Amino acid sequence: MNALEKAGAWLLAIVWLAPLLYACWAAFHPPAYATHFDPAAPLTLANFERAWGYAPFARHFLNTVILVTLVLGAQLVLCTLAGYAFARFEFAGRDLAFALVLLQLMIMPEVLIVENYRTMSRLGLVDTIVGIGLPYMASAFGIFLLRQTFKTIPRELEEAARVEGCSWLGVLWRVYVPLARPTYIAYALVSVSYHWNNFLWPLIVTNSVETRPLTVGLAIFGAPESGVDWSVISAGTLMAVAPLLFAFLLFQRQFMQSFMHAGIK
Amino acid sequence: MKHIYGWLLLTPAAILLVVFTHYPAVATLAESFFSTGTAVRPSRFVGLGNYAALLADPIFTQVLVNNFWFALGTIPTSIALAMLMAAWVNGALPGRALVRLAYFTPTVLPMIAVANLWLYFYTPQIGLLDQVTALFGAGSHNWLGNPDTVMGCLVAMTIWKEAGFFMIFYLAALQALPPELGEAARIEGASRWYFFRRVTFPLLMPTTLFVLVNATINSFKLVDHLFILTKGGPDNASNLLLYYIYQTAFSFFDTSYAATLTVVLLALLGGFAILQFQLVERRVHYR
Repeated sequence: MNALEKAGAWLLAIVWLAPLLYACWAAFHPPAYATHFDPAAPLTLANFERAWGYAPFARHFLNTVILVTLVLGAQLVLCTLAGYAFARFEFAGRDLAFALVLLQLMIMPEVLIVENYRTMSRLGLVDTIVGIGLPYMASAFGIFLLRQTFKTIPRELEEAARVEGCSWLGVLWRVYVPLARPTYIAYALVSVSYHWNNFLWPLIVTNSVETRPLTVGLAIFGAPESGVDWSVISAGTLMAVAPLLFAFLLFQRQFMQSFMHAGIK
Repeated sequence: MKHIYGWLLLTPAAILLVVFTHYPAVATLAESFFSTGTAVRPSRFVGLGNYAALLADPIFTQVLVNNFWFALGTIPTSIALAMLMAAWVNGALPGRALVRLAYFTPTVLPMIAVANLWLYFYTPQIGLLDQVTALFGAGSHNWLGNPDTVMGCLVAMTIWKEAGFFMIFYLAALQALPPELGEAARIEGASRWYFFRRVTFPLLMPTTLFVLVNATINSFKLVDHLFILTKGGPDNASNLLLYYIYQTAFSFFDTSYAATLTVVLLALLGGFAILQFQLVERRVHYR
């Protein structure tokens, strides 16, 4: 690699970081310096304070954390059971059922917003956190991923556990789940990032501060008609992305590997 | 016994899948054959009436054309950049972990936050883009308010968001290439560009096809940024199919027409999924 290419690679990296770096600049300086890049500009946290006051960020944070935990917890249980069924049980209609499950990879819940909203209002779950999460809990992607992983686990282990007197569920809990740990971690990272960032369905199904997750709160807060200035919007945006961004910075390698795993399927 | 256990394990997931995927897909298809009911006029069967309206609807044509330009604008450039990024990050680059981090970071940000950050660039007068063009003596532009420039603005932002995501697939593919190929080329005295064009690029083809299909599917599902930046405007110049479905259902309350539009989107996604499935099948056979 010659010097020119190295410079190119670095230049592109700087261009790629620029929007975030600019947001940091605007967020940590008084609004007067938002578009005025003076290295001597005083640093301040006032923008974060004002952003925190403009929108109920604490509530949005709490909602997002509840949502992400709820969805991931339900996904882990449901996908483990279903993945185990597909990997190790021969039951009538299995192949058809599996094909029907995989259909969800193509028809994601956000495409069926109109009908799913109707279902939610029938169930009385409009404007609840459960309502945001419910369509995602049975994840075809999770079922598929776990089925593939369970299939690679040697049957001898299962048979040994059965001889020792383990029940079907005991085998699942003591043999399959511990051996599939890397898959669970990869899946959890992808699921948490996805639902931390998801917007369209939560926007549709919520209409009060008590249920709105961060992305929806951020959209209302950042809309041009809200008349909040740049520095405050930057501060609010940074606050909303900070937890995931820090997690990513700490566990870069796992994140990239999980995203790749998720993409290749 | 095995039958019962199998179904018992599957049941909780199956119920949710049926309620939120299969039932709504079928119900959407059924609804597309009915008119939207109002207080005075109940919903009635109209056959293909909604589909006829679809073909006569200039906005529908426009959102499809927009989706096409959005895909064409974002995908080839993102893929080319992703390859370049992967090649750089895979090479002997000082501080390459940091560079890789910089390329990948936009992937973990929500589209809403991305739109918030980029809105600043495009704002007339105080925005970064206007400040830069002002240095060259150009006047103020309403980048997002002008039908000629709005799509370009969205495309640039989406490339920034997605290129790093595609990079990791190329990076994995590059690391899987046998190193002997590069050594052989060096002995033969092949230039790096020649080597890339004749060896690396063809060997990356399965990855490129895979990324291509995924990127196409994504370009139909990515609409979050429109809520912040343009609301589909000006005059539908940046409107996309899924956003139009949202508007039709939740702003114009024409649910039957929204269902008809959804059927079109489902058909498109289904077509891409079949394509993707065939590609995966072929990849398996190559190995």
